[in-house]
Amino acid sequence: MITGRAWVFGDNINTDLIAPARLLRRPVAEFSRFCMEPVMPTFAAEVKPGDIVVGGLNFGCGSSREQAPEAIQYLGVAAVIAKSFARTFYRNSMNIGLPAIVCNEAGSIRQGARLRISLEKGVVENLDCGKSYPCQSVPPHLIAMLNDGGLLRHLEKRLRAGALRAKQQ
Amino acid sequence: MPQTLAQKLIAKAAGRASVEPDEIVTCRVDLAMMHDLQGPRRVGPMLDKLGAPIWDTDRLVVVSDHFAPAIDTDAAGILDFTRKWAKANGIRHFYDMQGISHVLLPERGHLRPGTFLVGGDSHTPTGGAVGAFAIGVGSTEICGVIVTGEIWVRVPRSIRVNWKGKIGHGVAGKDMILKQCAMLSMEACDYRVIEYRGDAIAALPMGERLTLCNMSPELGAKTSVIPPDPVTVDYLAERGVKVDDAPRWQSDADAGYEQTLDLDAGALEPQISAPGSPSHSAGAGSYQKVAIDQAYIGACTGAKLSDLHMAAEVVRGRRVAPGVRFLIAPASQQTTASAAADGTLAALTAAGAILLPTGCGACAGMGAGTLAAGEVCIASSARNYKGRMGDNTSQVYLGSAYSVAAAAVAGKIVDPRELLQ
Ligand code: SF4
Repeated sequence: MITGRAWVFGDNINTDLIAPARLLRRPVAEFSRFCMEPVMPTFAAEVKPGDIVVGGLNFGCGSSREQAPEAIQYLGVAAVIAKSFARTFYRNSMNIGLPAIVCNEAGSIRQGARLRISLEKGVVENLDCGKSYPCQSVPPHLIAMLNDGGLLRHLEKRLRAGALRAKQQ
Repeated sequence: MPQTLAQKLIAKAAGRASVEPDEIVTCRVDLAMMHDLQGPRRVGPMLDKLGAPIWDTDRLVVVSDHFAPAIDTDAAGILDFTRKWAKANGIRHFYDMQGISHVLLPERGHLRPGTFLVGGDSHTPTGGAVGAFAIGVGSTEICGVIVTGEIWVRVPRSIRVNWKGKIGHGVAGKDMILKQCAMLSMEACDYRVIEYRGDAIAALPMGERLTLCNMSPELGAKTSVIPPDPVTVDYLAERGVKVDDAPRWQSDADAGYEQTLDLDAGALEPQISAPGSPSHSAGAGSYQKVAIDQAYIGACTGAKLSDLHMAAEVVRGRRVAPGVRFLIAPASQQTTASAAADGTLAALTAAGAILLPTGCGACAGMGAGTLAAGEVCIASSARNYKGRMGDNTSQVYLGSAYSVAAAAVAGKIVDPRELLQ
């Protein structure tokens, strides 16, 4: 269960807005300060741990840079909801353990709304108005990966279980 | 069940006779690619932490293109790390400053029809031009791929785009894809595979086919494919790749497409995308008053030999307009060498073009040619999002190499056909 306040963005939020290329040579602590700067300059400074990013259509389009979800995650965001995601952002976000949730009704969510998300049930509840919005169900293998904390932890687990070859020392 | 080419490519990698749309399957990867920006410096520490070996070092291509050549000590450090990592891990296929990854893969014979390629970059679908199934992912996913040799995919639906008729002089593959960006919504193409067909495609040289497939992410598509034909077979033969199974990599006659789109290449005008998104494109005629500071021929999308030929054709016997910087960053060292050998570079530099090193350069605002506040640029690259090539207030228009070269000599955006006989 994820509970937090909504930060609402429009359609086609691209990866250059989320993590500008010119700063990618710097560590995440630096480039995340410019996350969404061209569209919402206050976001990086004011977002609180546990908050939720809400996008429109095609969220995270553009480059496949994982620094985009990484910047959002580094700022403490607990999940991203959008009407639809660019496929590279979706996979990257899930892989680093930041749930990306497809919700057709993301457009009804207002800035600052308190939201509660249940991944297993596939529902987003708006605690301000009591409405709940259905989400696209997350495939079981991705829920398992998210529960492990992302792809790397999931692979570590497989390695420990002997399902993957370990490096010869 | 009849299968589309995309289904056949996935089925092969999944070890299945056939696959159906929306199924989730695990595929064996034939080739993985990662570059200096998203590769070793991010994936290396992940691999160390995991303590797992690379599944097959011969199936991994590493390229330094984004930061090459270094413009500051951060970039130099990243390139140095990439070099040392490639050496320490015994990577045979390491290209250091040899060109942009998406151009190097086909150029150096790493791809063929049937290849299942996963690359750590969104423009990986470029490889679809030779009949490969080529998809782009992020760093953690690449780490997973090079440890397991596998990746999960949800089988996409295919959209068939038939380009019919004969493309006019001064019009290029880039115009075809910019037109599609304006016509097709991202939702329509979301997660789909675009399969290109038609006589205009059959007549399109490989350089322009690569451009067409390169911009799949700008359409929102998972990837694009062009079924192999004599152009593919000849192109690969020149690179030492013998293709004798082209008939295997064709869609079945009655395969199911979600949508079929018929487009008329004969009616296509040169297209320019206005700043903000590649989808803001319209005929070059609608931009006649836009003055430019910089014209940039570069990127995996638009600086191959065929693009340099287009630019040279426009500028031969002309001069770059006063006050305009005309920058050319060839997409690979082989491109530079071939363009030097056939006189193309001489024609460009005689007109006043400035030659830059091969690499991603200004395309993502990371190298030579980055834009200052308020500057206006026309570029042959794939993206013009806010701040993409430099300052947030700089403006980037996208066009073909014909259109970029025409703007360089006119000092403003013009229809390049006005300068071609
Ligand atoms: S040239 Fe531009 S679009 Fe192509 S890989 Fe490099 S940064 Fe990306």
